[in-house]
Amino acid sequence: MENKTTEHANPVDFEVRSLDTMCVNESELVHPWWYNFKYAAVGVIFGIVFIKAEIISWFRIQEMFRLQSFHMYGVIGTAVVVGAISVFIIKKFKIKSIHGEEITFTDKKFNKGQIIGGLIFGLGWALTGACPGPLFAQVGTGAFVILVVVLSATAGTWVYGKFRDQLPH
Amino acid sequence: MMETITQPWPWYTAGIIIGLIVPALLILGNKHFGISANLRHACAACLPSNIPFFSYDWKKESWNFFFVGGILVGGIISTLYLGSDEAVIVHPDLAKELATYGITDFSGMVPAQLFSFESLFTLRGLVMMIGGGFLVGFGARYAGGCTSGHAIMGLSDLQWPSLVATICFMIGGFVMANFILPFILHL
Repeated sequence: MENKTTEHANPVDFEVRSLDTMCVNESELVHPWWYNFKYAAVGVIFGIVFIKAEIISWFRIQEMFRLQSFHMYGVIGTAVVVGAISVFIIKKFKIKSIHGEEITFTDKKFNKGQIIGGLIFGLGWALTGACPGPLFAQVGTGAFVILVVVLSATAGTWVYGKFRDQLPH
Repeated sequence: MMETITQPWPWYTAGIIIGLIVPALLILGNKHFGISANLRHACAACLPSNIPFFSYDWKKESWNFFFVGGILVGGIISTLYLGSDEAVIVHPDLAKELATYGITDFSGMVPAQLFSFESLFTLRGLVMMIGGGFLVGFGARYAGGCTSGHAIMGLSDLQWPSLVATICFMIGGFVMANFILPFILHL
């Protein structure tokens, strides 16, 4: 289904991938496409939590940045603690994936992008009241105008890719 | 039981479930939690234009499209079947401040007075939706991830560059919400 040999023979591609939050620890196993529905199932749970805990609410985000509510700090803080314990357990006991593959982690390299890009992202986050995940859930609630925001965010991503070499990193 | 589900969920319930998404994706297939990468995959799939940053086999990342597709479906299910149509309870200080800009409708997650097709053609709507979206997409990729990739996945893996990114997300958000947004809302 996929052409693995060319992918791995191309070190440039690995470099490009490793700078990002993409999976550089590519699975060597080839599964039928419908195996991806397991990720969709996780996404459904995520989407429900987003709505039920009002994480996708523009008002909650405004309260967070005005220090008027503990809610979002509680959500993110708890998620990080649970995530960190999980990652620790996975590493400690060398837990494998359900397909018997080793679970791998790649260290992130620091660059100026995390500061400059981070600040730019923060400005946008407070403006739209949503980071990329909640945008998709907002569309699901019937706020179809948010598709415009998603398109604009995709355009932003494209412009970054286009001018990447000229930007300080 | 059903009553508990239809009520808004407390932060700890949400935090625990979101935290568990990290090991769920790892155990299901060695996948790292990160949503904004989808925007890059969409560029790579639709408009790579020979840009090196978009020249890779995006099909290998298609699991992530399924993941965000699931988020969208989760939004639909939640709205149709698990919903409470009650207005979001807004902090009185915020409600008072927003009222000065004419925002008084707190019925939805997304304030209809700010985000709608009609307001898209006003200066305020344009800045908030097109401008805000652009900053989110550009900034997330420049930073190498968004709230999920850095703040949750990165911090869970104790990556200090992710901590730097997360702190900068928060600084940017504070500056926008407290110092810039009031001017934009006045537009």
